[in-house]
Amino acid sequence: MTLFGWLQILLFCGIVVALVKPLGGYMTRVFAGERTFLSPLLVPIERGLYALAGTSEREEQRWTAYAFAMLAFNLAGLLLLYALQRLQGALPLNPAGMTAVGPELSFNTAISFVANTNWQNYGGESTMSYLTQMAGLTVQNFVSAATGMAIAVALIRAFAGSSSGRALGNFWVDMTRATLYVLLPVCIVLTLAYVALGVPQTFGPYVEATTLEGARQTIALGPVASQLAIKMLGTNGGGFFNANSAHPFENPDAISNMIQMVSIFAIGAAFTNVFGRTVGNQRQGWTILAAMGLLFVAGVAITYWAEASGNSLMHAFGLQGGNMEGKETRFGIALSSLFAVVTTAASCGAVNAMHGSFTALGGLIPLLNMQLGEVIVGGVGAGFYGIILFIVVAVFVAGLMVGRTPEYLGKKIEAKEMKMAVLAILCLPLAMLVFTAISSVMPSAVASIGTAGPHGFSEILYAYTSAAANNGSAFGGLTGNTPWYNVTLGLGMLMGRFLVIIPALAIAGSLIAKKTVPASAGTFPTDGPLFVGLLVGTILIVGGLTFFPALALGPVVEHLAMLAGQTF
Amino acid sequence: MSQVKSASILDTHILVPAIGAAFTKLDPRTLARNPVMFVVATVSVLTTVLFTRDLLTGRGDLGFSFQINLWLWFTVLFANFAEAVAEGRGKAQADSLRRARSETQAKLLAANSTTDYRMVPGASLKVGDLVLVEAGDIIPSDGEVVEGIASVNEAAITGESAPVIRESGGDRSAVTGGTQVLSDWIRVRITAAAGSTFLDRMISLVEGAERQKTPNEIALNILLAGMTLIFVLATATIPSFATYAGGAIPVIVLVALFVTLIPTTIGALLSAIGIAGMDRLVRFNVLAMSGRAVEAAGDVDTLLLDKTGTITLGNRQATALTPVRGVTERALADAAQLASLADETPEGRSIVVLAKEKYGIRGRDMASLKATFVPFTAQTRMSGVDLEGAQIRKGAVDAVLAYVGNTISSEVVRELQAIAEEIARAGGTPLAVARDGQLLGVIHLKDIVKGGIRERFAELRRMGIRTVMITGDNPMTAAAIAAEAGVDDFLAQATPENKLQLIREEQAKGKLVAMCGDGTNDAPALAQADVGVAMNTGTVAAREAGNMVDLDSDPTKLIEIVEIGKQLLMTRGALTTFSIANDIAKYFAIIPAMFLAFYPQLGVLNIMGLSTPQSAILSAIIFNALIIIALIPLSLRGVKYRAVGAGALLSRNLLIYGLGGIIVPFIGIKAIDVAVTALGLV
Repeated sequence: MTLFGWLQILLFCGIVVALVKPLGGYMTRVFAGERTFLSPLLVPIERGLYALAGTSEREEQRWTAYAFAMLAFNLAGLLLLYALQRLQGALPLNPAGMTAVGPELSFNTAISFVANTNWQNYGGESTMSYLTQMAGLTVQNFVSAATGMAIAVALIRAFAGSSSGRALGNFWVDMTRATLYVLLPVCIVLTLAYVALGVPQTFGPYVEATTLEGARQTIALGPVASQLAIKMLGTNGGGFFNANSAHPFENPDAISNMIQMVSIFAIGAAFTNVFGRTVGNQRQGWTILAAMGLLFVAGVAITYWAEASGNSLMHAFGLQGGNMEGKETRFGIALSSLFAVVTTAASCGAVNAMHGSFTALGGLIPLLNMQLGEVIVGGVGAGFYGIILFIVVAVFVAGLMVGRTPEYLGKKIEAKEMKMAVLAILCLPLAMLVFTAISSVMPSAVASIGTAGPHGFSEILYAYTSAAANNGSAFGGLTGNTPWYNVTLGLGMLMGRFLVIIPALAIAGSLIAKKTVPASAGTFPTDGPLFVGLLVGTILIVGGLTFFPALALGPVVEHLAMLAGQTF
Repeated sequence: MSQVKSASILDTHILVPAIGAAFTKLDPRTLARNPVMFVVATVSVLTTVLFTRDLLTGRGDLGFSFQINLWLWFTVLFANFAEAVAEGRGKAQADSLRRARSETQAKLLAANSTTDYRMVPGASLKVGDLVLVEAGDIIPSDGEVVEGIASVNEAAITGESAPVIRESGGDRSAVTGGTQVLSDWIRVRITAAAGSTFLDRMISLVEGAERQKTPNEIALNILLAGMTLIFVLATATIPSFATYAGGAIPVIVLVALFVTLIPTTIGALLSAIGIAGMDRLVRFNVLAMSGRAVEAAGDVDTLLLDKTGTITLGNRQATALTPVRGVTERALADAAQLASLADETPEGRSIVVLAKEKYGIRGRDMASLKATFVPFTAQTRMSGVDLEGAQIRKGAVDAVLAYVGNTISSEVVRELQAIAEEIARAGGTPLAVARDGQLLGVIHLKDIVKGGIRERFAELRRMGIRTVMITGDNPMTAAAIAAEAGVDDFLAQATPENKLQLIREEQAKGKLVAMCGDGTNDAPALAQADVGVAMNTGTVAAREAGNMVDLDSDPTKLIEIVEIGKQLLMTRGALTTFSIANDIAKYFAIIPAMFLAFYPQLGVLNIMGLSTPQSAILSAIIFNALIIIALIPLSLRGVKYRAVGAGALLSRNLLIYGLGGIIVPFIGIKAIDVAVTALGLV
């Protein structure tokens, strides 16, 4: 580890924290329907959209209607994206002449982009037409992010106030505002910045080049910058190119790298502030962000340390220094480690280095980040409602210890909330562990792995973990484009997305109807260091204990074997 | 709290039957009430079947799997035992109550008659029947006195042997079946049919027969069931992972890991904690009609307390004498003392005491003064004394002014009124004194705030509870007493209507309100309050409306009730935290032992240095079972509540039960491992 490496990490954290208040303030106003500096331009468009959709911002929905609207919208998106892939050969904007995508892969990819996962069992430049990329994938990148934001906003409203009509807001309105006021404007700015830094943005065909050796090479191009902007800001992660943000056209230099990392965290971190402002105490938001920050910095430190220490087996051969395998020299160890932790802490899944080539412990942290439910900042909106589920559990157990029935921000946490929180927390190990268990004894599934021994096991575990956590990053090595993996990973993504969203909305629906109990000296403070410690402890114990055996048989044993000089 | 019966936790009368009950509670229908222990019992059956199979085929390590099986069953039995011990303490009390319910004969009055009766069995009485109860009779069922007055021994219910007066009309008209009339007679209208009397309800409550899971307990059970499912997933997937790595894991080892990971500690003790909470109230002579009420007590934000008897001593005392101009203090004291010599009220006696202590006027003999006492009546609102040629009166200011009439100058009247107003403003009650038509001055009667009550309110404030004093006094007096007692707010000139209004207002703000009351006109407020404690001396209506009954009729107990509620919730939280925190050490004991055969590298995780894989697994499961027994006393006694504010309380409990829960099993499992190895058990 170097001082310079840590300074870069510190700079990153500093920028993210500095953005929390302005972005949080702006988003709070947007979702409250208040006037912002973009209103003169966007209000007419917004009104037009509502008129077209036959809804109105005054039309409020209960949690069931809200959930139904969300599900209907996502199902429509899923079908549309599936159709686009299957029919792309016959559709325009296809200069490279891509043929139809296979049914299992189309199924997997459609779910993947609707569920904000962007798991890619394909290489973009060799599979998808420009139309599929733009009208299908990029559109879903926007609206799946907006869906997550809408859910988080609904949940925040449930804590902030009480509505006798049990209304949480309007899904269509929240989603439209998230897209129109937050995602689109920021993406336009980011796209221009990426173009300025050298990222291609063209409808032109691929370029044929003759290399110095005289070989002919096809250089893939396309509307990269626009997809890159939303891929990061919406924590989608699906690369335009197969190499994702390790590709020089998708991440040319250290500045574009920093912008990408910051945009992964920007909205997720700002949501804590939206929460704080909406419930009337910004400290509540900062407390949640502090818990996230603590887990994040610890993760970065471990990964950076493991990568900088390198591989003792390689050292035995006289190869000194850290682990540079699978990393781009223009980013180096510090920025690759940081990127890996950022992308898995949030549910982004974009990569600028190959996670499968990390040392065992360096790869354990990204895996653990996802297994904890991506609550360390997390996906846009998704990270926030994810951490609320942990808060519900933490408050329930610890709240009892002050001698009152549990409450959070004056809302009583009772059987219904507990049931929903438990359901949501349960679905992650269900998808991650059960599919891994089946795949690790199924010969055809084991045949897909690229490495023998515990690392191969980690490849399978990582795939299902990434899918269920809606991350989308891959460990590499595993050949995922098989019917088994396409279908089961697809199911994992669906479970990890909607079996969390629906309980989260049910909690919101139950809480909004409850009266807010005023705080007194007898209610335990949920802002401040004590709560940070409690929340971190709950996340690590509840999340960590679930995956301890699996992690022991994967990265942990791989690490210990490395120390013992054993290879597989 | 005259009778907090100290029931020792290690009472053999409770422990011995509890051992038997631990086995009878293995009935699947009983076990099914507790999801976590039901799961443990189910997997124990599974491993027992597997063990029997291995025994018959002679395969496997029989000694090891026998011991694991044994401890799995012990885990279930220990949980049953904990519940049985908690129930046992209530049962002892129920038995003594049952003796009071022994078959009685009742004197059923014939219709339209006040004296003709025929003897019928007490159990045959119907609601609405009129019975005669005379000296020496046991009151056959709950009822309301419609005529007569009698002294009644209620020791059967309250444990208090001093007789109480029961009379028709007013707030002392309720009688309880099973109590005994000592003197005189009463006619009682029966208000409860056999089987649903107060005594019956008490018996089933203390026995826990009607125990329903409380809302928070249900929510906690959901969490525990959820955690159990998570660990089903975590352990059931291990065999596949092991197969991938080229190893195999015996079922008994997987079961051991599973049972140690699921929250058995809190699962085993949860119902014991609930029963013990109710029991703690019973030992304070408070009956909670539902567990929900006990939980609500922990959540109380606002406490409504009656001034008289709770905040102040029931009696006012004379503290100062203020004469009008032209009269000496001594002359006033002399007249006041004479007027009070024969006044047996506490106020009257306090005037005599004040005259002696402050002015050195000694007691005089009424007879030698040829004085006749004029007692207080509701009409005159004065009392006094007629001496030879002199009349002395003391009483309410307006009453005395009316008595002296307009024989005196308005200047003196104004002066007297000014003094009286001054006293009222300070929270006192002015008593005017007149002699032979002349106004002498005013006696300052003061409400005496109970010693230590100010500190109690400060403590409540630290607990986050607001106290509101309820009084019939005028706002000025009420404000002065409220300030002196240190309550947060007061309701002056309280009526049943504005009391109910106050409760509704607090509840609309999301607060939980506790109050106590005894009169029929308290019933609506008692019913509206989240915790309504009815006094046992109160009316039937009040007792029906409240969700708790205080057998000692001591309103200050509200404070203890709140503490007991908090203690119950804290104990649940503390043991849940402890139970979950324990898992870390158990993983470090079992995971390396489990995978050692095919991944010897994982031996590094054996940070406790447990001697063999088998001893490690056995030690973990023994620890898991023994910790249940070790925590029974804590779950029955409850975690101590301290009024230090929620933040401090939480950090303290997190340190003890969270951090302690992480550390203790490391030490415990290591110690058991040393013992297991030394004894050569594996």
